[in-house]
Amino acid sequence: MHLPPFQRLVDDHAPELHRFLVACVGPTDAEDCLQETFLSALRAYPRLRHADNLRAWLYLIAQRKATDLIRRVGRRPVSDLDGVAPERLSEAPRELPDDGLWLAVRGLPAKQRAAVVHRFVFDLAYVDVAARMGITEEAARQNVSAGLRRLRQEMDR
Amino acid sequence: MNDLEHQLGQGPDTAFDVSRFQADLGRRASQSGLLDVAYAAVDSPLGDLTVFVTPRGLVRLAYEGEAIDATLQELAERVSPRILHAPERTDNARRELEAYFAGRLHAFTQPVDWSLIRGFAAEVLHATARIPFGSVSTYGRMAIEAGSPRAARAAGNALGSNPIPIVVPCHRVLHADGGLGGYSGGLHRKRFLLQLEGTLPA
Repeated sequence: MHLPPFQRLVDDHAPELHRFLVACVGPTDAEDCLQETFLSALRAYPRLRHADNLRAWLYLIAQRKATDLIRRVGRRPVSDLDGVAPERLSEAPRELPDDGLWLAVRGLPAKQRAAVVHRFVFDLAYVDVAARMGITEEAARQNVSAGLRRLRQEMDR
Repeated sequence: MNDLEHQLGQGPDTAFDVSRFQADLGRRASQSGLLDVAYAAVDSPLGDLTVFVTPRGLVRLAYEGEAIDATLQELAERVSPRILHAPERTDNARRELEAYFAGRLHAFTQPVDWSLIRGFAAEVLHATARIPFGSVSTYGRMAIEAGSPRAARAAGNALGSNPIPIVVPCHRVLHADGGLGGYSGGLHRKRFLLQLEGTLPA
């Protein structure tokens, strides 16, 4: 089994992963999330058993880092946010500077968020969404439609 | 396509500074002990050189014209796949090479990582590393030093496979009759290095 030099993963995938993370966590935190993604990947890299679908592997790590960050942000102390009730913050990380749609995307469950971003931000067919997420095409479809349903509810509020 | 899907398709604003990201990643990977091979380019009168450095030392030096992708793949397989472009970690090697080409440095202090060199080739190249600036030796002499006096041709092959030219100075090994012999980086480079060191008239 021959793993490519890690630099090739950075060259090939850093820009698209950055775009993915901006959609998932917003521009302020995307770069730090991307650093964390590549550092985690680099830590695990020599232990990988095969080099198939390294791209899906990176996206999965990025998805986890985004979810960790969103949870962390949701738990941030609110003393500096006058008049905002803590329970509202845990619903969605509303202090992140962005418009409503992307805040709602951030509030989606991890798989729905990733699926919606792959499908619409990257304009991928379901078969490619499935490949990037390492799930079945059917699961990709379900995650996208559940995610969209939820986004519509959020946006109609 | 409905409005929500269209808005998603516009994507959020993204500006991504790849080179700053790369520099930060190299630094953080190095601090966390996750960087096994760092590489960067160095300007030289012989064209761009690329140096590859492990925590043990300089493991590979590539001349301009060598296929860097193939070199990276070889290092990934033979040393470690944890490889990043990380100039900071190669600072010492790059500074010394610049000083050498400027005529200010005659003996490299940069440690060498010998892990790409095995067996008889290691014996020959260790002997080669002891030839001082301004001197030359012969293939036969290197074979003797490596412990196989009749293996001058094998010594030549070992020198031709030197993964760290310039710093392990295989250019200082000539034919016994004074002929230049060979050089995997090209004879014009061997001639240039010997002229720089004053062992060949300019």
